[in-house]
Amino acid sequence: MPKVVSDVTCPFCGTLCDDLEVTVSDDNKKILSVRNACAIGAEKFNHTSLPGRVTRPRMRQPDGTFKEITYDEAIDWTANMLVKSKKTLMYGWASTSCQAMSVGHEIAEKVGGVVDNCATVCHGSSLIAIQDVGIPSCTLGEVKNRADRVVFWGCNPAHAHPRHMSRYSIFPRGFFTVKGHKGRKIYCVDCRYTDTARVADEFIQVQQGHDYELLNAFRTAARGEPLPDTIGGVPKEKVYKIVEELKGGRFGVIFFGMGLTHTLGRNHNIDIAISFTRDMNDYMKFSIIAMRGHWNVTGSGQVLSWQYGFPYAVDLSRRSKARYQTGETTSVDLLVRNEVEACFNIATDPGAHFPIDSVISMSKKPTVTVDPHINMSTEISDIHIPVAMVGVETGGCAYRMDNVPIETRKVVDAPDGMLTDVELLTKINARVDQLMEAK
Amino acid sequence: MKMKTVTLTVKQAPELYLECENITPDTFAGKKIDEIAQLPAYQGKEDTTLGEYFTIAGEAGATAAETQIILKGDCSKMKYIGIKMTAGEVLINSSADMYTGGWMKGGKLVVKGDVHSFCGLGMEGGEFIIEGNAGNYLGASYRGDWRGMQGGIIRVKGNVGSDVCTFMNGGELIVEGNAAVHIATHAEGGKIIIKGDVNRRVGGQMVKGEVIVLGKIGLMMPGFKYTKDVDLEVDGTKAKFAEYIGDLGERHPKRKGEPVYGKIFLKK
Amino acid sequence: MSEFIIKNGHVFDPVQGIKGDKKDIAVKDGKIVETSVLSSSAKQIDAKGKSVMAGAMEIHAHVAGPKVNLGRWYRPEDKLFDSHKTPGMTRIEGGKSIPTVFKTGYSYARMGYTFAMEAAMPPLYARHVHEEIHDTPIIDEAALPVFGNNWFMLEYLKNHEIENNAAYVAWTLNQTKGYGIKIVNPGGTEAWAWGLNCLSVNDPVPYFDITPAEIITGLIETNEYLGLPHSIHIHGNNLGNPGCYETTLDTLKLAEGFKAKNNFGRKQVMHQTHLQFHSYGGDNWGNFESKAKEVMDYVNKQDNLTIDTGNVTLDETTTMTADGPFEHHLGGLNHLKWANVDVELETAAGVVPYIYSPDIKVCAIQWAIGLELALYAKDPMRCFITTDHPNAGPFTRYPRVIKWLMSRKARDTQIKAFKNSDKVVAATNIAEMDREITLYELAAMTRAGPAASLGLSKDYGGLKPGMNADIAVFNINPDNMPSDPEEIEKIFSGVAYLFKDGKICVKDGVVVDNGNKRTFWVDVKVKENKQVAHDVKEKFLKYYSINERNYPVPDSYAPHPYVIAVDATQ
Repeated sequence: MPKVVSDVTCPFCGTLCDDLEVTVSDDNKKILSVRNACAIGAEKFNHTSLPGRVTRPRMRQPDGTFKEITYDEAIDWTANMLVKSKKTLMYGWASTSCQAMSVGHEIAEKVGGVVDNCATVCHGSSLIAIQDVGIPSCTLGEVKNRADRVVFWGCNPAHAHPRHMSRYSIFPRGFFTVKGHKGRKIYCVDCRYTDTARVADEFIQVQQGHDYELLNAFRTAARGEPLPDTIGGVPKEKVYKIVEELKGGRFGVIFFGMGLTHTLGRNHNIDIAISFTRDMNDYMKFSIIAMRGHWNVTGSGQVLSWQYGFPYAVDLSRRSKARYQTGETTSVDLLVRNEVEACFNIATDPGAHFPIDSVISMSKKPTVTVDPHINMSTEISDIHIPVAMVGVETGGCAYRMDNVPIETRKVVDAPDGMLTDVELLTKINARVDQLMEAK
Repeated sequence: MKMKTVTLTVKQAPELYLECENITPDTFAGKKIDEIAQLPAYQGKEDTTLGEYFTIAGEAGATAAETQIILKGDCSKMKYIGIKMTAGEVLINSSADMYTGGWMKGGKLVVKGDVHSFCGLGMEGGEFIIEGNAGNYLGASYRGDWRGMQGGIIRVKGNVGSDVCTFMNGGELIVEGNAAVHIATHAEGGKIIIKGDVNRRVGGQMVKGEVIVLGKIGLMMPGFKYTKDVDLEVDGTKAKFAEYIGDLGERHPKRKGEPVYGKIFLKK
Repeated sequence: MSEFIIKNGHVFDPVQGIKGDKKDIAVKDGKIVETSVLSSSAKQIDAKGKSVMAGAMEIHAHVAGPKVNLGRWYRPEDKLFDSHKTPGMTRIEGGKSIPTVFKTGYSYARMGYTFAMEAAMPPLYARHVHEEIHDTPIIDEAALPVFGNNWFMLEYLKNHEIENNAAYVAWTLNQTKGYGIKIVNPGGTEAWAWGLNCLSVNDPVPYFDITPAEIITGLIETNEYLGLPHSIHIHGNNLGNPGCYETTLDTLKLAEGFKAKNNFGRKQVMHQTHLQFHSYGGDNWGNFESKAKEVMDYVNKQDNLTIDTGNVTLDETTTMTADGPFEHHLGGLNHLKWANVDVELETAAGVVPYIYSPDIKVCAIQWAIGLELALYAKDPMRCFITTDHPNAGPFTRYPRVIKWLMSRKARDTQIKAFKNSDKVVAATNIAEMDREITLYELAAMTRAGPAASLGLSKDYGGLKPGMNADIAVFNINPDNMPSDPEEIEKIFSGVAYLFKDGKICVKDGVVVDNGNKRTFWVDVKVKENKQVAHDVKEKFLKYYSINERNYPVPDSYAPHPYVIAVDATQ
């Protein structure tokens, strides 16, 4: 009889929905159906038993093809690479468990690695801004229960976080928000009219690359100071009107994404959005939340922080100290400047997401990629080590976009003989110890 | 003060980048040449020495103030040269990499070439001259620190990048060429002179301080308001400038009941 | 297992009333035993000319959890030029005001501590707290979930439903693997979710319409109904404002008439934490002054109260607390980066860096107040030393605080070094106080006292045979005390030996073993309560943003648990 596993946490995006119901075959090997997930989340579970799944490590041959090798051979090659390299980029982590990250950090400390996660090409800008000006924020349940003014700035949850609006930000009826979305005013600021804008009460079209200036105008308006006629294509009258409407609410929140993190100024855009949020707290309650992308990039930031004090781009290459400087110890910079000798990717796909110069740089260095899938990174690596899918075939702790920790569950068995991230990293750690002792 | 000179000539390029935090007058002072050659240098987990990468000749002074360091050869992959120096002189005859002159407290540092990013970070005093271009974060604060450049003077003959003098509290920067974006963001003091053009975002979230631009500003921040024209003499040039006060979106301290604003002077 | 005999040390043990006598302490299989029990193969530890105490117990510090970690990662400058590796069995350490978990464990151990209580755990984030506790080496830890602004509690106590509230508290302790009832700015932090606050014990909480006084007394009753090992642990309303000492006295007075009811030897019904922040007089920063004497006059008279000091160490540090509105206020004063997180149905947290400069009169007065509290304390078993780490200063400054407490000369040196020395002296009593805390009193204030307050006095805080072998040996000779107070600070910065569960973990200030730290938590059994079960189900369905089944912390997060079972079913 198939069984239903409930309260399953979805391991895809930062919304980290934990109400999924997955029906599993009674031999525990196949996922039959998924309920409550969005299309993206459902696919994460459904694709585990697609044909063509790689279940054993593969090593690139001189002629460019891949040959299957054993886990032990892959572990030995990887450990040798790590021990030999002066400075290794150990990148990814955003789709694995906190328990796995912990083992990975032990390895990095021993071999002189730089541990970086996907924030480096995503919300790293937000983290930098928070390091400069702090952040007034709240958990998503506070938004659900109290928010009556919701601003989406440079983000498009309709596409990237599909259940966000129904679980937290627009539609839910909470304790103080019994009217649901009818009791909220929704604003969408973007350079183009997105599907999220369609759901908003007001769409503000900002000229691309002018968010910093527009937010400066919002702050200036909030202080009752004069403004030029238009800012970033937005007339000043609209700016004053919106600020007054926001002040008329009880609880406001700004959700933001790549529209701020990746346009001119990057961290400065978020910095000024946070400063605006802080200013508004003089009039009402106001918070701001980053729409984190990966389901556990936040977790990687947390584990790195309690172990070394920095949320990403942690340079452990001196092995006696942890250092951090985004722009220097961040992956793209290290690769483009050729400041590392080897690469270890886990639970992410830099081949697909990094600027091409850094991918070319990576392809010229000894590289190991740990991932359940064949992806762009595996195809430029020397070794591809597949592992069980975290959140589906093995559990572990994850952190939601608002830093709330939620446990992911094991729902099905991984294919026979496959290792989990924790098991693989533990074995690599042991082999590194052996090699270093022999030296 | 009579100075003694130590000359370091690059004899092999590092495979990655060499961390040269020990190349400062303070570290060299009072040491013999073979001791200097034994000073640690680093590439990732490789512990090496200055002597592996440089031929070292000459003599160090007894104190930092009496020590001059001259670097010959290509230093463009050397990081941290001159950091935290309190006195003496360092002359680099090529470009240099990141953190050159970081946390400098005194003395004179000259680079006959370009410098990369994070140079002059948190500078407290001394003179830092860059004859080429500078990368990003020149004279800025370390990540997260609200205490940026405190004092000293940085002069750049070429252009500078972005995030110039973030969180500046004091000191002076003079740029002969152009600047990119985000100049004096979050500044609470200090003075910046840019003789060329600036793209955008001058004085964003500025509390106090001065930025003087002789060329053009691509787009003025909406939080800056024109007040009046003034005559100024700037690094030897006399001209009429439009004065702007701001950032009006930011908090400002009060003196005798009146707010003290940051100022941008734009040459007319 | 291992046997040790610590020979010829001067023993300071308030549990047995030993005030520095030379006595051998025997260790076997992780416990302190009678010396007669040891075999001849027991390893000899020479403690001649040294002092021997139980391992110290930190009763209140912010060392593990979401706001601590936010403090860490949003302050990279806290680790600039600071991250390092120390000799011994250590990982990389870093963080001047907010140490990383490795530095936290090692630093406490090096100073002779064997236990730390994470002061405030937001139940929704309990998993995070336990992940950090798990990664903190050597020292045992526990965490106090916060209840003072919890929606369930606000509703139950409005109707004085003590039994329901108790069932809910028991459920939460079990779900979060928590230790007891922490209260922070009762009612005020829920008000803060709307940008408001409760600044006196009688200010009603918006919407929930219950006062902080009702919350506090209701939770005292709940705590004693359950018979928990610790009492309520409270950070009262109006923290940090000039004149707040009156609110403090109002808060303390709420404990009058209550008697402790438990099987753990605990005598207090209220532990007031970081009292320094709550002992301010005057009504503005200009006439700001110490009310430590007035507050301690009251505390000394009541025998059902314990307090900890919250000493200011005159450092750059980071403030962090569940008193959200206070942090917003502080950020507005010093304009430094303010972080805030409101937590649905439960609590909030705020973080702001702060510099306690000796050149600023107010900071110097705060320094004096913290010391005055300890120097006025009549019963060292009821007054414990903390810095409310990192709020008043990093816990790594304990040796410096001990120096000030033990040496009037050291205090005078500091007073003279203040820029506004005259004004500081005028606003405080510190300059006239000549009391110097003795080693015996120190053992009470940092070991036996906290253990008793936490309900752990059977096995911890002393050196009586049968107790756990958590022992610290210091290079200080009571027969030949150092004349230079700086020596005191040096001595307490590094133990000669730290025994944890009978294993030597630190020797001469160097970590030699990481031990087997445990997570302490309290498992309370109550009668089945259908109302509470229904309320829990309903609130998760309607108001929480996660599912009820995903709330509890699984056992894998506390792989070495020390579970204290409490039966509250009668």
